[in-house]
Amino acid sequence: MSFSITEPKKGTKWFAGVLVVGYALITIAPLLWIIATGFKSPTDSISYPPKVIFDPSLEGYVNLFTDRTRATDDMLEAKGEPQTWYEQIARDQGTIISGPSRYGERFLNSIIIGFGSTALCMVLGTAAAYAFSRFRVPLKDDLLFFILSTRMMPPIAVAIPIFLMFRNLGLNDTHLGMILLYTAVNLSLSVWLLKGFIDEIPVEYEEAALIDGYTRFQAFYKVVLPQAATGIASTAIFCLIFAWNEYAFAVLLTSGTAQTAPPFIPTIIGVGGKDWPAVAAGATIFLVPVMVFTILLRKHLLRGITFGAVRK
Amino acid sequence: MAQIRIENVRKEFGPFTAVQSSSFTIEDGEFFMLLGPSGCGKTTTLRMMAGLDLPTSGQIYIDGEEVGQKPASQRDIAFVFQMFALYPHMNVRGNISYPLKSQGMKSSAVKKQVEEVAEILGITDILDRPVGGLSGGDRQRVALGRAIVRDPKAFFMDEPLGALDAEFREHMSEELRALHDRMGATTVYVTHDQLEAMQMGDKIVVMNHGVVEQFGVPQDIYDWPATKFVAQFIGSPPMNFLDFDGMIGTGGTEVRLNDVILPVPKSIEGANGKLTFGIRPEHVTLDDSAAYRGRVIATEYLGTTQIVTFDTPNGLLKARVASHEVINTGQAIGLRFDPRTITLFDATHGGALRSEANEGVLNHG
Repeated sequence: MSFSITEPKKGTKWFAGVLVVGYALITIAPLLWIIATGFKSPTDSISYPPKVIFDPSLEGYVNLFTDRTRATDDMLEAKGEPQTWYEQIARDQGTIISGPSRYGERFLNSIIIGFGSTALCMVLGTAAAYAFSRFRVPLKDDLLFFILSTRMMPPIAVAIPIFLMFRNLGLNDTHLGMILLYTAVNLSLSVWLLKGFIDEIPVEYEEAALIDGYTRFQAFYKVVLPQAATGIASTAIFCLIFAWNEYAFAVLLTSGTAQTAPPFIPTIIGVGGKDWPAVAAGATIFLVPVMVFTILLRKHLLRGITFGAVRK
Repeated sequence: MAQIRIENVRKEFGPFTAVQSSSFTIEDGEFFMLLGPSGCGKTTTLRMMAGLDLPTSGQIYIDGEEVGQKPASQRDIAFVFQMFALYPHMNVRGNISYPLKSQGMKSSAVKKQVEEVAEILGITDILDRPVGGLSGGDRQRVALGRAIVRDPKAFFMDEPLGALDAEFREHMSEELRALHDRMGATTVYVTHDQLEAMQMGDKIVVMNHGVVEQFGVPQDIYDWPATKFVAQFIGSPPMNFLDFDGMIGTGGTEVRLNDVILPVPKSIEGANGKLTFGIRPEHVTLDDSAAYRGRVIATEYLGTTQIVTFDTPNGLLKARVASHEVINTGQAIGLRFDPRTITLFDATHGGALRSEANEGVLNHG
């Protein structure tokens, strides 16, 4: 395989550079703004004109992770000196920390439900996609359309039947229920995406492995999966992003134990006025897992591992 | 090493019959060619022998054991694919050692065996390279290495040279044949290239539309084709067919074409009606004293020989003659046919009529 790359002219490179940096700034600006807001004081966060330079404060993060009660000066006096830096921050606002907030729990729920459903979805999706791609499945086209059609309903339209079903099954407001639900919703997308990726892998690789003395499952596991890594990684990212950001089902089907972070974050606003720094802090932390996951899988997304190994 | 026997093997894909009840035997150590045009069922036949497709009916014996419905992994055979199918996520060493790992062989033994094979194939220096950047020939060698490393009962190759450049094919086909002679392993090789089949094969099966047309050594198949299809598919240019209405009795030694009596090998099977007189281009000689005549319509210069196309009363005919003979287009020349080499066909079903000359070959197939 041969190809040639012509070195672009200096001016062209410069122009391209400016374009890319400009575009990156436009894309990243809202992100930076959210992150910055998390470190502002409530006054700075709503000041007009907006402040780009400000005194950083951890108020937002303290407020995010704690429940506080407003206290009179006498009560503050009676409490004595604050023991920790975050107590100090709370005192400065005229409040006393009454306990940890539920954000940590909600965040953990998001992690369990998001990653759990993504993992389950990948296992089932890869198996189903492999079967659709390689075997003579009766009514294959109808089944594939049926699978896709499950995605056509907006969540809000199916939420009530699902709520009733879940209530009867005892799955309401449980981690398992949410994992199953998000898996079901994501499975159609992942089967379709993964089938496309697996279709691209020549069947001869598995046949070679079968001839080499491996079973069908070993051939799938040792030969198909490594080559489908790119597809699995990108599909996993899609699934995680959906499950992570999902709001409608989470609001309707969870309240106590299994509530995820998205329905929780807006409730922060209500606690003691409009606490935008706390909301921004919540959003910032909420962003991190998907970002880390995507960056970790970046290698697989970019690597075309079958490049040049097959002559077509 | 093993004998492979195919008995009444049939393969259907839904309403389509890919292979119709085929039977033949591949002897131990033979280099066996499955030859035919694309879609003739040769690859399906090979895949059934390998266990990649299971036959709809019929038996396949490898080394005396019936394996028709067994999966490929239990047949102890090796397969070389047209597109090589080297595992792209492994390097050369990984690819060659992969079949050994499935047997749970110790890694020191694997290493030794892989290096031996690499030595045979001359790829020792690329063992640690990824397969992605290899040239076509090296990929071919790695694919062969993966096949021979396990010392299987038989090698199956599906057009292994099909993906190589023309200049490299010749070289690789010699290498393959030499490797076979050295290992003495039963090899089944699928190709649509009749030259490749003649050049490399100990025996050839010619298939068409899922049917085995003929089976035998290359020389017999070339000289005594069993059907018009074989006569036309093998040889370049193919056998000439002169169509005529006539008859030949059992024991007859001549036919009448356009009022010219032409001697043929003594017939064993009489026939009457639409017949075809088959003769290879190299068995036609130009002789002005001959009664059967044709008019030259074209000549093709091929170096040592030239192909002259004649218009005859029974259709076009090509003759291979020495290139120094001066032949002009439009000239009418007498044609003499070597009577020992002629095959008569029944034009309606295309089968060759039995004569004393081809009897042995046709009975064998």
